[in-house]
Amino acid sequence: MMKIACLSGKGGAGKTFVAVNLAAAAGNCTYIDCDVEEPNGRLFWKPEGISTSVVYTLLPSFDADKCTGCKKCVKACRFHALMYTKDKPVVFPEVCHNCGLCHMVCPKGAIVETENAIGTVEIGRHGNNKVVTGVLNPGEPNGVPVVHEALKHAEGLTVLDCPPGSACLVMEVVMDADYCVLVVEPTAFGFHNFRMVHELTTLLGKPSGVVINKQTTPYEPFEAFCSEHDLPILDRIPYSGELAKRIANNEIVAETMTAENLRFRTLLDKIGGVL
Amino acid sequence: MKRLLILSGKGGTGKTTVCAALIRLTQARAVADCDVDAPNLHLVTKQSAVPEFHDFIGGDKSSIDPHKCVGCGECERLCRFDAICLKNGKAVVNEYACEGCGVCEFVCPSDAVILTPDVAGTRELYLDENVFSTATLKMGRGTSGKLVADVKLAMFKAAPECELAIVDGSPGIGCPVIASFSGMDLVLVVTEPSGSGISDLQRLVKTGQIFGTKMTVCVNMWDVSPAHTEQIRQYCEEQDIPFVGKIPFDPKAVEAVNEGKTVVDIPCPAGDAIREICAAVLALLEIDN
Repeated sequence: MMKIACLSGKGGAGKTFVAVNLAAAAGNCTYIDCDVEEPNGRLFWKPEGISTSVVYTLLPSFDADKCTGCKKCVKACRFHALMYTKDKPVVFPEVCHNCGLCHMVCPKGAIVETENAIGTVEIGRHGNNKVVTGVLNPGEPNGVPVVHEALKHAEGLTVLDCPPGSACLVMEVVMDADYCVLVVEPTAFGFHNFRMVHELTTLLGKPSGVVINKQTTPYEPFEAFCSEHDLPILDRIPYSGELAKRIANNEIVAETMTAENLRFRTLLDKIGGVL
Repeated sequence: MKRLLILSGKGGTGKTTVCAALIRLTQARAVADCDVDAPNLHLVTKQSAVPEFHDFIGGDKSSIDPHKCVGCGECERLCRFDAICLKNGKAVVNEYACEGCGVCEFVCPSDAVILTPDVAGTRELYLDENVFSTATLKMGRGTSGKLVADVKLAMFKAAPECELAIVDGSPGIGCPVIASFSGMDLVLVVTEPSGSGISDLQRLVKTGQIFGTKMTVCVNMWDVSPAHTEQIRQYCEEQDIPFVGKIPFDPKAVEAVNEGKTVVDIPCPAGDAIREICAAVLALLEIDN
């Protein structure tokens, strides 16, 4: 099983575009959308036969009959998620990290943990590809448990579509990957964020290559950085109004355009995926 | 002080580009970059002041004294974040997965766990006639919501008297976005006309509605898909969200950014469109233009 992560630092560089088309060109593989805050891969795949499972975290609830008001739970919580009011503790779900410490420290067994739905994982099919989508419910702050759950469905060659940025969510995905495709747009913004994700993949010792997307003119500082750090540039995709329109319409161009199919098959070959 | 937050849902719609242009047009004296995962605003808002640096303590991280560890595995078993595993009979903490909850410390029978404050990022504050507050989160760290709150607070404290504050937010709908909502008078959403842009806009609006945030929407690169632009305008009408304008795709915008300028510093169609959006946003904020 080989897992390829597509990441970019900056949003909108074309992670989903590359991830979806890479998986489509490969065929017979698994695509996992780990951008659980804004999962868009499914808009392209339009997966069929979807089965949905709910992702829960555990929230404490308090048995008023057993609680003696000792406040041990309130003092133990390092996230200040519990407060003692009107003779009983209350939890603030948005700051609770669901660690279970309050439940462990309660001397009276007055705290039980109840399931709190924070998102879903959808599994469907598109041709011979398996499409997995992690979806965080709006209003929920932490998508990590949803990513965890989605990653469990990796099978065979797997393409992981990362969230933007380089924080905890991205880390979860990169730790799980064998190879990282860094998708970058050749602009000052794109370059700045690209260096941040490059630092992350280097830190975790993951082999990586670069796909430059929406290139109009080469951005010199970026070219210099890649040769300095021995980062292979796997492909350069020129900006094309035609492509932008097709992507806006959620078209999988590797399935509809011969030239794009060839592009992504070549990319896959370079990465060393098995066609 | 009127407080404007700029968000996008989807990344790469031009949020920071629009934000930089609005700062230039409004001469806003208080500015914060709350996109702490991938801050970019400083690249186009030149700072002359020397910044104050502050360590940002996100929370604690656990470590285990191998001399005291008896290898019972209780911490590994009870850690909900899979942050501990036994190696050669001793518990070892994965600092990236550890959330500093203290469960390991509580269950350790041999007092081998130490929790120490973790520097999860750096906050920067630039003070001259203007205030610019920004931060960078360390690789792979969480708690970005807390950092966003700190960045905003630093800006408000440093510029309590100014008329308008502009905050550049994060993409997505998770903790940094939720943290950025509080105390804001208006959220300007910069979206793009694509299936993805619309889906992300809808998820962001839903999130904003949960937190009771007043929103307005503009479309960037609208001419890439006039049909999607129209769909966005209709969606806004249905949701009773003011639609304040559309910006054409403009290669000059990329050139401006790469030269460290804002779009309104050079004559171009995108700049003209942003001027109109700016006037509409100020009207919504009830600021005289």
